[in-house]
Amino acid sequence: MNSDEPLLPSSQGPHTRVASSSCLRANSSSSSANLDDALCDIDLRVADRVSVGDRDTSNSFDHSKQQFNSAESHFFRQFLLECPAPKGRRLVSWGTMELQHEYKSSAFEISRAPSRVQEKLNKSQRLRHRSGQLDDNRLNQLNPRLIYVDDPRKTNDKFEFTGNEIRTSKYTLITFLPKNLFIQFHRVAYLYFLAIVCLNQLPPLAVFGRTVSLFPLLFVLCVTAIKDGYEDWRRHRSDRNENNREALVLQAGQFRMKKWKKIRVGEVVKILADETIPCDVVLLGTSDPSGLAYIQTMNLDGESNLKTRFARQETAATVSEGGIILGLIRCEQPNRNIYEFTANMEFKGQRFSLSQSNIILRGCQLKNTDWVIGVVVYAGQETKAMLNSAASPSKRSRLESYMNRETLWLSVFLFVMCAVVALGMGLWLQRHHDELDILPYYRKRYFTRGEDNGKPFKYYGIPMETFFSFLSSIIVFQIMIPISLYITMEVVRLGQSYFMIEDRHLYDSLSGSRFQCRSLNINEDLGQIRYIFSDKTGTLTENKMEFRRASVFGKNYGASLTAADPSQDVKLSGTAGRKRWKLKSETAVDSELMEILHKTLDGDERITAHEFFLTLAACNTVIPMLNISPPSGNELSEGVEAIEYQGESPDELALVSTASAYGYTLCERTSGHIVIDVNGEKLRLDVLGLHEFDSVRKRMSVVIKFPNGSVKVLVKGADTSILSILDEDTIRGNHLKCATQGHLKEYSSEGLRTLVVAARDLSDAELEEWQSRYEDASTSLTDRATKLRQTAALIECNLNLLGATAIEDKLQEGVPETIESLRQAGIKVWVLTGDKQETAISIGLSCKLLTTDMQQIIINGNSEEQCRSLLANAKARYGVKGANRKSPNFERKMSADTNYCEIPDDANVSYMPRRHLQKEEAPTCSSLALIIDGNSLLFDLATSCRVVICCRVAPLQKAGIVDLIKSRTDDMTLAIGDGANDVSMIQMADVGVGICGQEGRQAVMASDFAMGQFRFLKKLLLVHGHWNYQRVGYLVLYNFYRNAVFVLMLFILCAAFSTTSALTDWSSVFYAVIYTSVPTIFVGILDKDLSHRTLLQYPKLYGAGHRQESYNLHLFWITMIDTLWQSLVLFYIPVYIYKESTIDIWSMGSLWTIAVVILVNVHLAMDIHRWVFMTHAAVWGSIVITYACMVVLDSIPVFPNYWTIYHLALSPTYWLTICLIIIVALLPRFLLKAVQQTFWPSDIQIAREAEILRERPDYLGLRADQGSG
Amino acid sequence: MAGPSSAAAGSADRNSNRPKYSQFSQQELSACQPIVTPKLVITVFTVIGIIFIPLGIASLSASNDVVEISDRYETECIPAENRTTKDAKIQFIQNSQSDKTCTRSLTVPKHMKPPIYVYYQLDNYYQNHRRYVKSISDQQLRSPGSENDTSSCKPENEENGASIVPCGLIAWSLFNDTYSFTRNNNVSLTVNKTDISWKSDREHKFGKDVYPKNFQNGSLIGGATLKSSIPLSGQEDLMVWMRTAAMPTFRKLYGRIEVDLQANDVIEVSLNNTYNVYSFNGKKSIVLSTANWIGGKNDFLGVAYITVGAICFFLAACFTYIYLKKPSRLQDPSYLTWNTNPGPL
Repeated sequence: MNSDEPLLPSSQGPHTRVASSSCLRANSSSSSANLDDALCDIDLRVADRVSVGDRDTSNSFDHSKQQFNSAESHFFRQFLLECPAPKGRRLVSWGTMELQHEYKSSAFEISRAPSRVQEKLNKSQRLRHRSGQLDDNRLNQLNPRLIYVDDPRKTNDKFEFTGNEIRTSKYTLITFLPKNLFIQFHRVAYLYFLAIVCLNQLPPLAVFGRTVSLFPLLFVLCVTAIKDGYEDWRRHRSDRNENNREALVLQAGQFRMKKWKKIRVGEVVKILADETIPCDVVLLGTSDPSGLAYIQTMNLDGESNLKTRFARQETAATVSEGGIILGLIRCEQPNRNIYEFTANMEFKGQRFSLSQSNIILRGCQLKNTDWVIGVVVYAGQETKAMLNSAASPSKRSRLESYMNRETLWLSVFLFVMCAVVALGMGLWLQRHHDELDILPYYRKRYFTRGEDNGKPFKYYGIPMETFFSFLSSIIVFQIMIPISLYITMEVVRLGQSYFMIEDRHLYDSLSGSRFQCRSLNINEDLGQIRYIFSDKTGTLTENKMEFRRASVFGKNYGASLTAADPSQDVKLSGTAGRKRWKLKSETAVDSELMEILHKTLDGDERITAHEFFLTLAACNTVIPMLNISPPSGNELSEGVEAIEYQGESPDELALVSTASAYGYTLCERTSGHIVIDVNGEKLRLDVLGLHEFDSVRKRMSVVIKFPNGSVKVLVKGADTSILSILDEDTIRGNHLKCATQGHLKEYSSEGLRTLVVAARDLSDAELEEWQSRYEDASTSLTDRATKLRQTAALIECNLNLLGATAIEDKLQEGVPETIESLRQAGIKVWVLTGDKQETAISIGLSCKLLTTDMQQIIINGNSEEQCRSLLANAKARYGVKGANRKSPNFERKMSADTNYCEIPDDANVSYMPRRHLQKEEAPTCSSLALIIDGNSLLFDLATSCRVVICCRVAPLQKAGIVDLIKSRTDDMTLAIGDGANDVSMIQMADVGVGICGQEGRQAVMASDFAMGQFRFLKKLLLVHGHWNYQRVGYLVLYNFYRNAVFVLMLFILCAAFSTTSALTDWSSVFYAVIYTSVPTIFVGILDKDLSHRTLLQYPKLYGAGHRQESYNLHLFWITMIDTLWQSLVLFYIPVYIYKESTIDIWSMGSLWTIAVVILVNVHLAMDIHRWVFMTHAAVWGSIVITYACMVVLDSIPVFPNYWTIYHLALSPTYWLTICLIIIVALLPRFLLKAVQQTFWPSDIQIAREAEILRERPDYLGLRADQGSG
Repeated sequence: MAGPSSAAAGSADRNSNRPKYSQFSQQELSACQPIVTPKLVITVFTVIGIIFIPLGIASLSASNDVVEISDRYETECIPAENRTTKDAKIQFIQNSQSDKTCTRSLTVPKHMKPPIYVYYQLDNYYQNHRRYVKSISDQQLRSPGSENDTSSCKPENEENGASIVPCGLIAWSLFNDTYSFTRNNNVSLTVNKTDISWKSDREHKFGKDVYPKNFQNGSLIGGATLKSSIPLSGQEDLMVWMRTAAMPTFRKLYGRIEVDLQANDVIEVSLNNTYNVYSFNGKKSIVLSTANWIGGKNDFLGVAYITVGAICFFLAACFTYIYLKKPSRLQDPSYLTWNTNPGPL
């Protein structure tokens, strides 16, 4: 936490109060809720300080409180100085973080959220790029970046700025080997490998041949290194291409081509249309005289719509006159926040501010603008695009963490085995102590006549020998820890991802987007999801907004919408003689409202309607793009101009299109003015200022000056945020408000998104005050957002209500069915939405989330106590038992209560620190314990509900709710969302799914899986999740078994505890790498127990994942017992058969090798559910390859095992032995399977039988058989 | 990830991002899906039983056809006065002066058809000890050029600064008891000692131009000496010995008797008891055995096969009984737990 950041609210608090008192003293309490919050926050802070014991601080705080009219910078600095060690206060100020968060602008908050969530929840393992942005802000105040325009030499004289050369590659030719090895050895598994290899190099321990023992490690290292090397080479290549691109740079007064990598900070570049921007550039001028430029930011945030950027008027004018610009830009240090840029510029003695709208970032493309000229401020690695190119986070799957537990058990086995061998060795040495010298098979001494005579040979005394024997047995038994499993799992997951990506059912034909696996580590988690946290907008709904209803002047329109039919158009165009604006999408219009608009501009209703649509057309950030269509011989006249709107918010687009349909067409927008075509008359309005939408104010306003000189504020925003700042003095206003509120309620109960529109005339005095404040705020380098918000509060008051709009956000296709299936599968679906309660409920009903037979619990409290009591009541009423989820009692209750819980608005806040909302006096600082108490109440209630809908949830609260469930249960959580506001939630959940929707790609970038539609979730979880879980679960168990059976077999043969391996070195090494690895991979990728049809038909089969049927401790132990039996059989059958025979150790080893390979493969074959040709090839192929390898190895005369396989294969006993081993070893397992299948079949097995037998043609016959039997 | 998707995107159909249909990528390959039905279980058990019991009977009868005579002699071949303690035994065996010849007589229980294999059997001799197994130089045995390649042979690698050929503990401890046989009083029985080692060993593993050198020259003699005039590829006893045994009890082929032995024939074995097994409480036996397809005498294989077959028949019977008594509820989704048992969901 940075010191300046917690201070934002406190510095703001007093000022907002000033603002509200000067503007609207008699405001309703709810309007100043935030302010009260801020105030209580201050109190809390004071308390903190006192508790810290710094009296001066609190004094100075009071002091500053009294002086809040003084310059805030002063105020600010004071605090900065006084809390130099903010870290110490971190815990205390925890409770206020939510608040601070609320004061950020929405864009800012979006990009910040992840790092904040992380800071808040340290336990979150993910190492996320910690932005360090806050530090940057602070640095910035002390150390702004100075850029002398068109003077790169002066700019760079300290060599502090990087050039524009980028390097995304990790290695160079020289550093490749050491660096790659270093990175690879970060894996513990490899270190284990390395340790074993090193041990094996010690003379007393050389169990394997030294080179042989290196083989597996080298193999793995080489494969990985080659893969890394190839990837890096590709990166090098793309870097080179990128760096060698050329751009026009001002050199000696002329624009000349220059390679990108040579561009330096401070240089002036010229970018032509459709070119990619080479570095972060502050716009100086564009081909547009007003300094407007359009850019496409697809590469940066994936949004395909055009965005506007402006050159400052001051510089744009100079540029368009061809003048040379020499100035100084002070900007913040490079940071990764692509939504913010703070700088100012000194130019011709003037000083003005630069903001995000003045900078174009590397990677964007210039569109619809002939050229722009700008100065480079960040280059190369320091550009925001480069700073943002961080890898997606790595998560670890649950099964893998369980697997680690079992690996620990295996380590214990390994240790015990080694200890037994070592102990045996010690005892044996003790017993034979006197004979050791002459024992032909030990002989510890030289008996030569030479100088060595009498010297001991590799004998270091009993304790040392025991110890060495321990170490060497570790080497021999190393394979017990299935190192290869990690590699196998990666390959298997890669294969599984391939199938998920290739699945045609997960392909969204509308957006043309495939399924994406962004994280390769958590495929199997998809099979165990218990909670789904879903965003509503864009996830459940399409986020394609359609204007449905309007309430203008207290009258409801749009109950029956008619499409704007051509006849009507003709009539209208006839009356007004207006130009036709052809829109991309047609909007239905209400004829009644249309009629009103065609009356003369007289009367309250008419004026209100006029202003209403004026606001819709003006109060937004939508950019109209005119396309003069070539005159075509069609029925329409040549004057038709097609207009296309580009905007970031689909709601705004819908509103602007609607306004256009009603005759208020926005047709031009620059930074200084907008032009609205009102029924053919062009109305040019000067935009004096624009307060963008942010999540605190929840409204947007624009100050416009009419041609006649009058100035108006036009506001649109959420109902709560606007209804509270209306002018309520007049009866008319009150009446209007009541009527509109009624309509709003009606709309939202229909599931429509509502916005309230209001306006107000500004007096000259107000205008003046606002203007000066606005200038000041918008040029300030620090804290601009807060200051702007304060300024906005000046004018956003005493508004006249105009009306309200209702926009429909259609449900996505298949959502109700999907939710129904997921519910049946035992997955709890929680919807977390920022919408109102009524909207949320209606959406919940329409997507079958809520059904009428459910009991609804609605928690809707305003205060902490109220929430608490509501929660407690609900808990008592429905008999939810306390925290222990595992009690059977609880489980029963859970099924009995088919209820749903609605936690809207402030209730949800009850466990968030923001709970003080709407309370008059600042509450005493509540302790953390209380908060947790509230949590557990909520938790108990919420987890016992099948459906939970949380309304009015802020992005971070979403993450908080996910975290609540994640930290308190063992259940897997999945978060799905499409927007930037879901990023924190997606990153918090065990599995994050992003929807490639309308709202950009941030959610996708943060997610583990991304797809086009919500309904794909059904197949993803129920089918792929199930398969992946079952596959990986089996894979892990099988790998444990496969390695353990081999080791146990070796263990039993401990010739006088000397850890002799009867197997040749190569066989031991090849066992895990070549002989048995391929089938497991194929089975892990291809095997499936049930067809997707069955899985989709019976969603409840998903419960297998919940019950951890494929992988649990129980299964592990059964497998281990089976393993023990199999290894005993493997060892003792040959021993008894070849008892007192001439068989030599290498033949025996050969027999064992073959037997164990066949055994594990047949074992696998027995468990395979589906045999496709590849499975056949892999399983039987492995056995064949093993034989081939044996033949090859046995044909090399220098090996001691020369010719053994030829010898053995001639004897029938050999084949009889192998056959006996296989049958006897697998008999118990087969029996167990048969018995279980007959008497206690699992759901999966029943479903499988049903599925397979029904497909078989002899199904009926079978049926008849059974009937008779 | 990017890899598969971009690879799969292909060049032909770049515009459409839609995954192309193939049975493989949609996981719809036609497949055989075995399920454990009672029928399958019964069939499997029955088939195993049907195969195993005849095999077991065949093995058992083959094993019964093998005639084997075994005689343990390591104690009996020491004079009675030296048998008392271990030290005395060791003293006797290490004394080069003492008379170590010994005569044993064996009675043939049944007619033995040639070839009759003569084995010596050692007990409690860990030829599979790691130190022992590794104490060999395969290179040296193969080619004269690798004569000094003896590092793995320590501590029996060189003598007086010269390499030992063959080096290592295995060669050093070569078995050196010798046997000669007479039948029914002084009818000599020839033992064919050729072709007792593996052909591959003679031809490739042991060099034709590698001659024993400096062998058993040390202060401690481990076992037999080798004629330095015969190349290693001709030293069949050595080759047999050097195939180290898998178990601490093992037999090694000594030779073959290639005449019929009738029942009740008495075979006199005059043996030279020189190999020291006393220092580690080892045992020595001489074994005469015929062989057939199953190898030597080995009842275990037959018994095991018959037992497994019987168990399988029994299990098949059990499952048949269950199947008839209680027809299974195959392919009936109504048996899914949430249908039969509407419990917690």
